[in-house]
Amino acid sequence: MPNVVPLLADSSSNLLAARTQMGFTLGFHIVLACLGVAFPAVMLIAEWYGRRKNDAEALRLARNWSKAVAVLFAVGAVTGTVLSFEFGLLWPRFMDRFGDAFGIAFGIEGIFFFLEAIFIAIYIYGWDRLSPRAHMLSAIPIVISGIGGAFSVIAANAWMNQPQGFDLDAAGNVTNVRPFEVLFNPATGYEFFHMFLAAYIITGFLVASVYAVGMLRGRRDRYHRLGFLIPFTVAAIATPIQLFVGDTAARAVADDQPAKFAAMECIYKGGTDQTEYLGGRCVDGEVKGGIGIPGLDSFLVGFSKDTYVTGLNQIPDDQEPPALTTLHLSFDAMVGIGTGLFLLAVWFAITWWRRRDLPSTRWFLRISAVAGVAAVVALWCGWIVTEVGRQPWIVNGFMRTSDAVTPAQGIWWVFGVTISLYLALGVIAVTVLRALSRRWQENAPDPEIPYGPPPSERSEAAA
Amino acid sequence: MSTADVCAAILWTGVTLYAIFGGADFGAGVWDFLAGTGERATRVRAQIDRSIGPVWEANHVWLIFVLVVLWTAFSEAFSAIFSTLYIPLALAALGIVLRGAGFAFRHALPGPVQRPATRVFGFASVITPFFLGTVVGAIASGEVPAQGDGDPTASWTGFLPLTTGILFVLVAAYTAAVFLVRDSGAAGDRDLRRYFERRALAAAVVAGAAAVVGVIALHADGRYVYDGLTSWPGIALVILSALCGLVALFLLVTGRNYGLRAAAIGAGAAVLWGYFAAAFPYILPTSLTISQAAGASATLTAVIIVFAAAAVTVIPSLILLYVLSQRQALDGGYSASSEATSPRQ
Repeated sequence: MPNVVPLLADSSSNLLAARTQMGFTLGFHIVLACLGVAFPAVMLIAEWYGRRKNDAEALRLARNWSKAVAVLFAVGAVTGTVLSFEFGLLWPRFMDRFGDAFGIAFGIEGIFFFLEAIFIAIYIYGWDRLSPRAHMLSAIPIVISGIGGAFSVIAANAWMNQPQGFDLDAAGNVTNVRPFEVLFNPATGYEFFHMFLAAYIITGFLVASVYAVGMLRGRRDRYHRLGFLIPFTVAAIATPIQLFVGDTAARAVADDQPAKFAAMECIYKGGTDQTEYLGGRCVDGEVKGGIGIPGLDSFLVGFSKDTYVTGLNQIPDDQEPPALTTLHLSFDAMVGIGTGLFLLAVWFAITWWRRRDLPSTRWFLRISAVAGVAAVVALWCGWIVTEVGRQPWIVNGFMRTSDAVTPAQGIWWVFGVTISLYLALGVIAVTVLRALSRRWQENAPDPEIPYGPPPSERSEAAA
Repeated sequence: MSTADVCAAILWTGVTLYAIFGGADFGAGVWDFLAGTGERATRVRAQIDRSIGPVWEANHVWLIFVLVVLWTAFSEAFSAIFSTLYIPLALAALGIVLRGAGFAFRHALPGPVQRPATRVFGFASVITPFFLGTVVGAIASGEVPAQGDGDPTASWTGFLPLTTGILFVLVAAYTAAVFLVRDSGAAGDRDLRRYFERRALAAAVVAGAAAVVGVIALHADGRYVYDGLTSWPGIALVILSALCGLVALFLLVTGRNYGLRAAAIGAGAAVLWGYFAAAFPYILPTSLTISQAAGASATLTAVIIVFAAAAVTVIPSLILLYVLSQRQALDGGYSASSEATSPRQ
């Protein structure tokens, strides 16, 4: 017995270390991935607008944004590579058993990543060197690759939530894989649209927030106004659609992944006429401190108070998601922030419709300035619900995360190194972006950016 | 040829492209690391920036491609390799992060941080191919058991893995030097061409010597692959590689650009495919064959389809990128060497 206890402690510590490592690196990468998906589209809109209306400021924005895209893409490529190593380093047993079932999604993603890397390089280098038409055309593959890449990665994740498209033989090996069923599993549709819109919302509010801060500091020129309006409009269009898609997704989760739904809504006892709790802690079989609205949860799931909703009491104890309060609060925070962003978009839309201008109060800019960060927080909360809510499974119903983890020691050390490295990476990325923005304000030549032209050429151009 | 063999060939095509083009980018980092300081070092680094700046990210994607094909088509081999060689693989991943960040940001950062960033870029460019080389050497020496969880340290610290690691760094440096000879020659910078020419020759000699040591190590630790490389068809590819190497040397010494890159690429590609032929039918010599490691058959077909789709979309785009960057359409007609001098003073 004394031998068994440390062994158990070891393996569960390994699981926690591996999950922490994966969660941290994914949480870091996902923000960059969103920007990689949607920022090129925002940049292309600015270029298209600039060329159509012959607007020099819009073109200047597009050009500057393309440099920010390059910086973010370079960091995203690095953090994405780390993730693909982590599949093998942290979850070798998962890949061994299911790699041939869901790996193909990443093969498709690989093509899009390739095209994105190639055309970003062409686009950045192509300012002033390609004809305006060719230059704008070179951005289209970037935008399409962003969408396609997001679809493939989300399909893989959706498959982990709703695994299908394969059989298991007597030894438990995957056979008879049906790639289309893998890619188009029941969760792919809503997860993809939800994430795709999230990418545009996060990018829109995040980029707009930079210019909102600039305007609050008194830089109310056309450059800042457009820099705010273009991304903000993109986000404002996506947000109402997101409320609808998110609502559909939650109902689908209630049907397909009842354990996750029960955990995120903190439903202990299955039944009809379920109370919807806003906030609160989930302890000892009840919700403490939340605002309860009787019957609303059942109504949201099936448009009737009589809708039956599964409770945690119907889930076997060893299959119950952990950290119920975290899940519940994450879900509420995501919905709360999403609703807040929707109201912000409505405020903007009404003002614009009535007098073709931004709301004049400074509060609009102040709220917009924090909307970007709020959108990122909502994104993280959503992923906590999706991923922690699936636990203890890595492949829902088929493989436990504890059976997938590597026995290799030293993951906490790796995590320590990763944190410091990513912290440095984050600081560097922000420093570089700030340095770029300062130079744009001073109209000075840029420092060199990834994929950018060499410094020698720039100094000639500046001379 | 079975679908599994086709997938293995696809995997190896990715390995070849990454080893040559990704390897050259790392090799350029090696020269950057060794460039020292001063006026010429600035020009050397500027040439390196011009040569790899537009293409390094695209080249890097071949590594992702290799990982994805490995875990999709040969998930058992992927799991065995990663659960055994996690130390060199984690260190290679660390090197990739540092190299990417160091290169991408070395000029964008504020002045005082630029030099450390350049050192990081150079150092990471040395260690990454080294650790990836130890992984290949460990596989070749049969240290990766089919069921995984092999010895995490002894597996990659033997004679053959360490020699392979060093060989990878040297070959990457050689390939990069040849590419840089060609690029600085095309840019009309005679002085820089001679600079890289001397380094290419030195790297060729050192890499050749290391290759001899590698053959001895292979004879000792990787007998199956050694036997395959010294008999048909492996030996033919080894001879082809040697011929290409000699042609490249001749072109270097006689100061010609035409065909130089092709010869260097040929030398690398031939020896890699020699390995493939020698290890066949194994993916992990001699514990796991390609057909044993192969995943579900529909998945293998899907991998082939995805590769075909990549071939018709990615390869023309890559060629477009290479052509634009080589024609310097992307580089704004940048040409004469005199203009390249000391831009950052």
